[in-house]
Amino acid sequence: MRKALEGSQAIALTVALCRPQVVAAYPITPQTHIVENIAKLVADGKMDCELVSVESEFSAASLVLGAACAGSRTYTASASQGILLMSEVLYNIAGLRIPMVMTCANRAISAPLSIWNDQQDSMAVRDAGWIQLYCANNQEAVDTTIQAYRIAEVTELPVMVCVDGFTLTHTLEPIDIPDQALVDAYLPPFKFARALDPANPISIGTLVSPDHYPEARHSHHHALLDAADEIIAADADWQQLSGRSAGGLLSVSGPDDAQIGILTLGSIVGTLSDASDLYTDLPATKLINLRAFRPFPFDALRFACSGLTDLIVLERALSPGFGGIVSAEVHAALAGMPGVPRIHSFAVGLGGRDIPLEIYRTLHQQIDGAEPRPFSIIDVERGRLPVEDHGI
Amino acid sequence: MNTNTQSISVDSLMKLRKNQPRFEGIESGHRACLGCGEALAARLVTEAAGPNVMIANATGCLEIFTTPWPESAWRLPWMHSLFENTGAIAAGMEAALKAQGKPTKVLAFAGDGGTFDIGFQALSGMLERGHNVLYVCFDNEAYMNTGIQRSSSTPHAAMTTTSPPGSDRMGKRHLKKDILSIVAAHHIPYAATTSVAYPSDLRKKIRRAMEIEGPTFIQIHSPCPLGWGHEGDYSIKVARLAVQTGLFPVIELERQELIGSMPIRHPRPVTDYLRLQGRFRHLFNEHDARAIEELAHIQALADHNIKHYDLCGDGVDRLDSEGADTVRRGGMRWA
Amino acid sequence: MIEVRIHGRGGQGNVVAAYLLATTAINEGWNAQAFPAFGAERRGAPVVAFVRIDHAPIKRRCQVVSPDFLIIQDEALMNIPGITEGLKTGGGILLNASKHCDSYSDEINGKLVILPATQLAQQYLGRPVPNTALLAAFLKLTDLLPQQSLIESLEERFKGAVLEKNIALVKAAAETITDNPWKTTLNA
Repeated sequence: MRKALEGSQAIALTVALCRPQVVAAYPITPQTHIVENIAKLVADGKMDCELVSVESEFSAASLVLGAACAGSRTYTASASQGILLMSEVLYNIAGLRIPMVMTCANRAISAPLSIWNDQQDSMAVRDAGWIQLYCANNQEAVDTTIQAYRIAEVTELPVMVCVDGFTLTHTLEPIDIPDQALVDAYLPPFKFARALDPANPISIGTLVSPDHYPEARHSHHHALLDAADEIIAADADWQQLSGRSAGGLLSVSGPDDAQIGILTLGSIVGTLSDASDLYTDLPATKLINLRAFRPFPFDALRFACSGLTDLIVLERALSPGFGGIVSAEVHAALAGMPGVPRIHSFAVGLGGRDIPLEIYRTLHQQIDGAEPRPFSIIDVERGRLPVEDHGI
Repeated sequence: MNTNTQSISVDSLMKLRKNQPRFEGIESGHRACLGCGEALAARLVTEAAGPNVMIANATGCLEIFTTPWPESAWRLPWMHSLFENTGAIAAGMEAALKAQGKPTKVLAFAGDGGTFDIGFQALSGMLERGHNVLYVCFDNEAYMNTGIQRSSSTPHAAMTTTSPPGSDRMGKRHLKKDILSIVAAHHIPYAATTSVAYPSDLRKKIRRAMEIEGPTFIQIHSPCPLGWGHEGDYSIKVARLAVQTGLFPVIELERQELIGSMPIRHPRPVTDYLRLQGRFRHLFNEHDARAIEELAHIQALADHNIKHYDLCGDGVDRLDSEGADTVRRGGMRWA
Repeated sequence: MIEVRIHGRGGQGNVVAAYLLATTAINEGWNAQAFPAFGAERRGAPVVAFVRIDHAPIKRRCQVVSPDFLIIQDEALMNIPGITEGLKTGGGILLNASKHCDSYSDEINGKLVILPATQLAQQYLGRPVPNTALLAAFLKLTDLLPQQSLIESLEERFKGAVLEKNIALVKAAAETITDNPWKTTLNA
């Protein structure tokens, strides 16, 4: 049903539809409204689950891990510092191949302390072994959360659904919440073959010597790569049932013959899309929005980039002392491709700085030269730098 | 000073108070809400502690409203790192100052979230290792900075956004964690509770803790008007009632032994306290049997505290030292 | 597309105002978007929220820099430099104030409509929360959306006595506006 909903509210309602038996969370801006909405559903008897208000994010992740190992579908959500605090557990969950879903309400990382939106948090744990899917708008957040349960339970890999904090979580817009019947048709009850059970006891999380460790990582790595197929299938099936796609591995918009492309993750694509409609004096541009970052969509990306002379990678994170994270992976993915575009690397909107429509023009101006632009933070305001940094 | 109460005017007494030098560790102009108990508590603490301190502050309201870059309200050396590590940061400061032979006292500031929950491990470690740190917990009984979510300090039956009342729930199901006993069980030299409604008591306890070599812990009951659901000008009244009902006992422990308590001369029924706060509004539905039951529970908790800590003062000897001194000075109310 | 910027103080229901306006538009079949700019959100702190209303789905997520209208929930905010910055030529300012202030420029005065929203709120709600009264007046001034639709949005968010009082309040507030000088239609 199409309703005016705040993003967090929609996500909470969606989680309830997925029928998790155990939900654990620790409040952190901007995830708080998701958990508060769930708490209200539980308090009003509208959601049947064990809701545990834990004492830290480390415990939130640990609690859902324990619950999943005991055979329950679970949910948790966090952001920023919370993602980092639970990072040890995130690696643990993925390495143990435990199916579960969490929302990362993307937020910048301290220090400096910030409560505002960028993607440094989810990028910081890209190596933890989780599937990572990014949402371009709140409808996608709803649809991707539902699909995430299916993907997780089929692949036996945990899924992190990344939703831009504030920009999406605290924005109210028209969102369609599917019926319970539809979700039940799409998501079978949780059946985890390796759940702990006295009738069939197994041991989880044992010490693994060099005799076996590389094989575990090999299997995990390939399971993640192969999960791309399930991500596509889950979206296709959802589209059949609901009439909507959530973007598969990535989505491309703009003229087919465009030679300039801008690659992004998350909600920034909306602003770029409006800008490209508005600034008709600028060259035709393709917008490539990655939905899946892990597994990295090598083939889909190469296909989307064929024919481009220039690819702008516009990301919401960075690796200090190196440069762009996404752009580095894009470079690697496109290396050796016939007709590799020049790759320009920018970070924007770090710490939640507003990203205006004009950024579209600025990007085109920046790449209007012969050389690919090396990494820079495009919206730095030089006048705000300390005097000693003015030259850099 | 003339001890004849009739001949001292209120005016000259107020002038005296105004001219009395007080150390201000926190500057005004910060961004706390009207009537913030924590802001008041922090001001009183820093006033009593004096300038030769170093502060480790957890994530939370205090840190947020005092330091919006590029401004800071602190006139003291101050650091904020993360939410969960204040005990450890403070321990590190203490170790460094000790190595450098400097007498600066380390203060750790945290809310109930950063003390009872996410910061518990680091606090326990700091206490157990005996670091010379005064740890101050500003207890406003929920995660206020992130929008009023429950902590293990939230009192039983209180409404928060993660313990909302509804058809299936009557607010927080669990009891308020007895952090003082847990802290005291680390065999530390001094642990005490106090309240912003009793500023003299608060300052006295801070001064006492400052002089002790070793870990000390002070829990300050600090109302949050927004989170507790009352107007800002009611903060002191509400805090006072918490003490007078027995729900927030004001006590002192030395190595786990109870050595002092603020007596309650006329215990107030818990409803006097609960009624003033929106977070307990759901308990005042006379048609809801659960509400009536919860009020009885809370009264039982208060009665238990009064008995357990022997809080009922009667007779002329059962006065706290502050009160006794005042009486002996002729009963002036502005001692 | 219509863009509105709502200025207020923490505790005056600034975000709720934005959400209610967008909800009303969405319930009428439009597309809309509402979100706050996030600063220190303590009670009393200046806060801003944004609303966009359009036929087509709204894709951009940047802050509103050239609003068609401003709703200012607290008169004292007019002292903040730049608060009316970006207002489109011909745009209107709905200000919560008790009387006209002579210290505003002629330019500002020309765009200004005053509503004593706090007094109305005190009268009908018993609390100085001006947001719903301002919304009702805004809808009347612009003739953008029906009052009944605003009431339905209130019914989604409030209940019991709070709802009843808010309904009475918005009706009273709308009645103080006798004309639609800011009449606006969304172009398809």
